[in-house]
Amino acid sequence: MRVALFVTCVNDTLYPRTGQAVVTLLERLGVEVAFPAAQSCCGQPQFNTGYRRESEPLVRRYADVFRDYDHIVTPSGSCAAMVRDNHPRVGDRAAQEGRDGELAEAAAAAAARTYELTEFLVDVLKVTDVGAYYPHAVTYHPTCHGLRMLGLGDRPRRLLENVRGLELRELPGAEECCGFGGTFAVKNPAVSAAMGADKARSIGTTGAQAVCTVDNSCLMHIGGTLARLGSPVRPVHIAEILASTEGDVR
Amino acid sequence: MSSKDVVLSRVRKALADVPDDEQPQDVPVPRSYLRVHGERTAVGTVALLADNLEDYRALVHHCTGDELPGLVARLLADRGARTVVAPGGLPEGWLAMAVADGVERVPDAPDVTARRLDAVDSVVTGCAVAVAETGTLVLDAGAGQGRRRITLVPDHHICVVRVPEQVVDSVPQALEQLDPTRPLTWISGPSATSDIELDRVEGVHGPRVLEVVLLAG
Amino acid sequence: MSGTYLGMPAFPRAAALSSQDKTLRGNLRHATHTIRAKRAKAVDELADWDRLREAGAAVKNRTLRHLDHYLEQVEAAVTAAGGQVHWAADAAEANRIVTGLVQATGETEVVKVKSMATQEIGLNDALAEAGITACETDLAELIVQLGDDLPSHILVPAIHRNRSEIREIFRDRMADWGRPAPDGLTDTPAELAEAARLHLREKFLRAKVGISGANFVVAETGTLVVVESEGNGRMCLTLPETLISVVGIEKIVPAWQDLEIFLQLLPRSSTAERMNPYTSMWTGTSDDDGPRTFHLVLLDNGRTDTLADTVGRQALRCIRCSACLNVCPVYERAGGHAYGSPYPGPIGAILTPQIRGTDSELDASLPYASTLCGACYEVCPVAIDIPEVLVHLRERVAEGGEVTRRGTRVKVKPAKGHAAERAAMRASRWLLDRPGALRAGQRALSRSRRFHPKRMPGPGRAWTDSRDLPPAPAESFRDWWARTRGEGRNP
Repeated sequence: MRVALFVTCVNDTLYPRTGQAVVTLLERLGVEVAFPAAQSCCGQPQFNTGYRRESEPLVRRYADVFRDYDHIVTPSGSCAAMVRDNHPRVGDRAAQEGRDGELAEAAAAAAARTYELTEFLVDVLKVTDVGAYYPHAVTYHPTCHGLRMLGLGDRPRRLLENVRGLELRELPGAEECCGFGGTFAVKNPAVSAAMGADKARSIGTTGAQAVCTVDNSCLMHIGGTLARLGSPVRPVHIAEILASTEGDVR
Repeated sequence: MSSKDVVLSRVRKALADVPDDEQPQDVPVPRSYLRVHGERTAVGTVALLADNLEDYRALVHHCTGDELPGLVARLLADRGARTVVAPGGLPEGWLAMAVADGVERVPDAPDVTARRLDAVDSVVTGCAVAVAETGTLVLDAGAGQGRRRITLVPDHHICVVRVPEQVVDSVPQALEQLDPTRPLTWISGPSATSDIELDRVEGVHGPRVLEVVLLAG
Repeated sequence: MSGTYLGMPAFPRAAALSSQDKTLRGNLRHATHTIRAKRAKAVDELADWDRLREAGAAVKNRTLRHLDHYLEQVEAAVTAAGGQVHWAADAAEANRIVTGLVQATGETEVVKVKSMATQEIGLNDALAEAGITACETDLAELIVQLGDDLPSHILVPAIHRNRSEIREIFRDRMADWGRPAPDGLTDTPAELAEAARLHLREKFLRAKVGISGANFVVAETGTLVVVESEGNGRMCLTLPETLISVVGIEKIVPAWQDLEIFLQLLPRSSTAERMNPYTSMWTGTSDDDGPRTFHLVLLDNGRTDTLADTVGRQALRCIRCSACLNVCPVYERAGGHAYGSPYPGPIGAILTPQIRGTDSELDASLPYASTLCGACYEVCPVAIDIPEVLVHLRERVAEGGEVTRRGTRVKVKPAKGHAAERAAMRASRWLLDRPGALRAGQRALSRSRRFHPKRMPGPGRAWTDSRDLPPAPAESFRDWWARTRGEGRNP
């Protein structure tokens, strides 16, 4: 089984600990992980903002870079959804517009082998107890892409419930968007901030010490809002919780 | 070019992607949805109708043919009704006792205007079909049902449903029994609105009291 | 309707103001959260919901792909049943037709059933110019009309008003339009409904002309269907001598049987009821029952342009249930007026820029009025992939391209104000397509991290006004990997 990590540009640049946690976790579970250095970005910022043509080379790059791997694992719900739902669309449109006739097929093939981290753990490795230890009260925010586009269902929850020491707190209004939305956060800052503040308030009512998600881009918005509001709740990617063991000092 | 030609030619240009030889029925419509939700006996279907009518604040009564004239008379008396609209084809006996009690029968006729109906207290009708799953009565302007306005303007409507024969389980079954060329009114409870804070309040322009008599035998 | 959407600011500016309005936020939150839970319950009652939804989408697709056929079928069936059919290519023509039909009756007052199509074309204003008073009879439309306000929701146009505001409007304005509000009117919903009943009854009883839209038109039979709650629809559809129905050409369903799908999907999605209180179905005219004269005005007004776009076309499946508004977190905070059209919320954000075009700053901003969270798609009873269409329209705004305008293929330029963004997207793509350059950029970010300001100037303020930035790490992931695992290690 050849497994590659698609770390995503956001994690690579701003949240390397999340990528490191995925490597630690997968290796602990006996999976040898590759990191093809030619990877970069799934093209989501360009595509979702209306620059499909700008995303096209990145879609091509993704398909090429990960061509030879059986499984591509990514610690980002929205990037996984971009690859799965939109890469084939970008390929189809490229063919329609007479540019790259083979992109659609390559993109669909790569999409079929792409897994968000918790999907990979539960569906491919078939584990829900990853041997983690995280002695904190945690609340889980199911991100929109994870919840509605990928249909992650209770996979993240099942993984969290098996973490020793972790006390899972219910998040009121959990399924409501946090207000990030990529460029929405800066194109409609007032509504984005209002949604973020409401999400931060809901998180505050749980009394949790940390809020976790499957996506650092949402967490950047939630964490940034919590920090600005002076909240002590820490944003943590689920990979970092699942990678933690008794030996870690946190 | 007429506007009809303009619109139709725009439509045809817009559908350039649809193959010329594609027929409407070539576009698949999967009809795997249910004809009926759940399994029930005929008695169970009538009970479900009653439950759903009551859930939407209709007042439900049960009776036999012998009891009906007395029940109608009582329901009218309880509302203080002195006048009642009786559509053509309403079985003679249904209002016999009420009329004997002094309630005035107003016919459903072309010259009985909306303004005249506004001064009438109640209306008694039958129905074409009733839908158990949704608590709906359908009137088709047939015998014993009358013009659409008679069940609209008076504030009190008594609708008699013959059970179980007039009751169907579901919306698909109801449509099968109805004739689209007739004017149809589907009634599910008294008039209501959700326009104030998206919460349902009963009683706006249609009859504010809907009484349904489930007539057995 | 006396207000106008003309000249309204782009969505972000309007929403920046409305999202700060505490009363509005409270009203919308209360109303949308009330209906959300109820809708979910009503939908859960039907084990076959997903199959109904699939069938509903398929029926609408069949209609749209053969719309010319069905339009001709509708015209033939309605005419055969005693109705008269008119065709309107745009709003102005529809208004002209309706005004002429009303004038021909000699009447100067009409009663109206709530209708999105007539809102869209601004019929009330057109009638007013001709000296004809159009009385809205739906409770929420009445609240909007009396308050000189604009609708802010598809189903409940006065959703932005709470009960005490409604009481004020009734108390202050009812007398200007007819019967005044009862003395001592309180803000209990039942009393407010009673006030509307009394105010409107006189208008219903004297009305000679009714104007409506329709939820569905059955092609094979020529039957029109109006779904409502209050009975004002029945009043307008049955008491007047003349009935004029203005209906968008996409409202057609092919067969009588198809109603079995939509009469299950619509009530549960809109008011969260098993069935709405009243549904009227009529085919042409009937002897001695209801209007003697019936006119059907078939309205294009940008619908064929929408139909020409194979991605955007799906927006024409919409049955105006408003479930997407009720679940939308952006709508909940921005309110309906910020969308600058009678079609607010997620469906408005994909419908308005298609039927009106993206020329105005407001219309060009609508496809961006979404986080793409997908809640709208999830609840849509005809499975319109609203996020897909939003992104598709963003491309039209950002990059321009070929579109259809009033039946003609034209090339549109990118919308104004996207130059800097386009440059940034191009630059980011350039960088991301060159991992070596990306790495250099990451290193520069890490080296300078002690100097990153907490609050950014210029466009960055849009982020840092309300949120902290994440601290830049000492080392990127790829540098960590190379340092600990070596560049070449890739099994």
